[in-house]
Amino acid sequence: MKYINHAHTQKRMNIRLLKNAVAKTLFFLATLFGLIVLVALIYRVVTQGVHWIDMDFLTNRLSTDPEKAGIYGAVIGTLWLMAVMAPITLILGVGTAVYLEEYARKNRFHRLIQTNISNLAGVPSVVFGLQGLTVFVRGMELGAVVLAGGLTMSLLVLPIVVVAAQEAIRAVPQYLREASFGMGATKWQTIRNIVLPAALPGILTGVILALSRAVGETAPLVVLGIPALLIPVPDSLFDKFTVLPLQIYYWTLDSALVREYANLAAASIMVLLVILFLMNSIAILIRNKFQRRF
Amino acid sequence: MALEKVLERGKENFSVRNWIEKNRRKATFSNIFEKMIPKILFVISIISVLTTLGIIFTLLFETIEFFKDVSFISFFTGTTLQPLGPNAEFGILPLVTGTLMATGIAMLVAIPIGLMTAVYLSEYASERVRRILKPVLEILAGIPTIVYGFFALTFVTPLLKNFIPGLEPTNILSPGIVMGIMIIPMVASLSEDALSAVPKSLREGALALGATKLEVTWKVVVPAAVSGIVASFVLAVSRAIGETMIVTIASGSSKNFTFDVTQSMQTMTAYIVEVTGGDAPAGSTLYYSLYAVAMTLFVFTLIMNLVAQYISRKLREEY
Repeated sequence: MKYINHAHTQKRMNIRLLKNAVAKTLFFLATLFGLIVLVALIYRVVTQGVHWIDMDFLTNRLSTDPEKAGIYGAVIGTLWLMAVMAPITLILGVGTAVYLEEYARKNRFHRLIQTNISNLAGVPSVVFGLQGLTVFVRGMELGAVVLAGGLTMSLLVLPIVVVAAQEAIRAVPQYLREASFGMGATKWQTIRNIVLPAALPGILTGVILALSRAVGETAPLVVLGIPALLIPVPDSLFDKFTVLPLQIYYWTLDSALVREYANLAAASIMVLLVILFLMNSIAILIRNKFQRRF
Repeated sequence: MALEKVLERGKENFSVRNWIEKNRRKATFSNIFEKMIPKILFVISIISVLTTLGIIFTLLFETIEFFKDVSFISFFTGTTLQPLGPNAEFGILPLVTGTLMATGIAMLVAIPIGLMTAVYLSEYASERVRRILKPVLEILAGIPTIVYGFFALTFVTPLLKNFIPGLEPTNILSPGIVMGIMIIPMVASLSEDALSAVPKSLREGALALGATKLEVTWKVVVPAAVSGIVASFVLAVSRAIGETMIVTIASGSSKNFTFDVTQSMQTMTAYIVEVTGGDAPAGSTLYYSLYAVAMTLFVFTLIMNLVAQYISRKLREEY
């Protein structure tokens, strides 16, 4: 007597294996989809923009004439924005992280700040822009200047820096702190001489990644009211400014009127992507080179 | 050395008492400093809380001003948004439908592809393939949204027009799709984390019973990781609702109340960009409407984020 119908089992097994093979291919194709889009996007931008990139494009100021227009002002504006953000995010981010990791007792207040930071990270950037418009641009009557933009962007990326700094500080092993205390160092001396130097690569990586996020961010600055006008190159904190993403935005919008603007936008995108690529490479380099495993 | 110093000091009227006194003063100073540091850091860490409170209170106060001009009910049930002109009407529904349409389309792209990517990377891919594909996803996640906006307007819309002749030059379909592509890496990476956290023993148990890899994945691993996966979906929704530049560029600014994806629609975020870009005079209803819309947006995303946190905290199974 046969308990197992071999032909039937064989058939079922084949179907199950076929399903598995089909699913595997499908999952693989889904994964490839991202790669294909990335290639299409870069191909599209490069073919449209590459002929427009030359020294004149990089060193000329803004102009309504597509042939003469350059992005010098926008690049300088981007650098100004970074110069304002770097110290602010470093002090606020590291200060908060040190307080949370080293000083704060694990009580309700600690949880409040922690929850607050993770929720702040989820607030849409356009809302930060509106907040910046209300407080910095209108409330403090700064206008849409470098300082207002930098402060708004600093608050926007603060959660990223805090979380990165917290992780870096947490990765410093406890025995280093204990050794320092054992030598008679005070808490602050330990933090300053032992914890922060050991956590520095992680912190710097976080700050650079946060800056690169801000460099690509457009919405808050549009909301701050940075106009599409020809803005002179800024040379102080209280000058009006523009940045690359904004320039891309206005050129893309106006490409319906002047077709060459789309090419300018593509060329600016190439410059922006190169800047972001460099910043991310530096961050990865710092992480790989100086990150010590304990 | 120290002795020499002491002897040196001995020439001027040196006394041990003075010396101790001096050292004590120095110690007091560094003691004060030591006690000041936590207070300074405390003040710094309060700034993040103040930012949140600042956002909430600005939105709240200006929204209250808005509701002095426009009734609460007509704002939330009005299907016409006509912010300019003498017959201004402020109904938020066109913006809400625009936002939900864009989000819905984005999720149709991001959720299946993101989840399949996560499954492939976590269950099927060899270490070598993973090492190539993961950085690609990270690059995709790091591209600024303005670039995606440009891509949607100048590439995806013309491409779609080949298949859908009735497509308007600005429409909600193309930015929705591109937004979905932008969110894929987020869904993929969060879901993959959840899948990888499922212990190997569960997979081995199922494999030993004769299940195929697909059956192991679909009937054992995915259900075990469901809280993390769902949380990643919810976060993706929140991200899509808050996304600004793609829709601003590629979906135009018509405040249509419609469900036709080939038409131009405006999202809440795009409305904020449009009105602030037009420099609304402070104190006008138009100006206050910004805050009412932003408040709605803020509440939407906040709820989504809280739900995601709740799901991943409460529904997580510990192994």
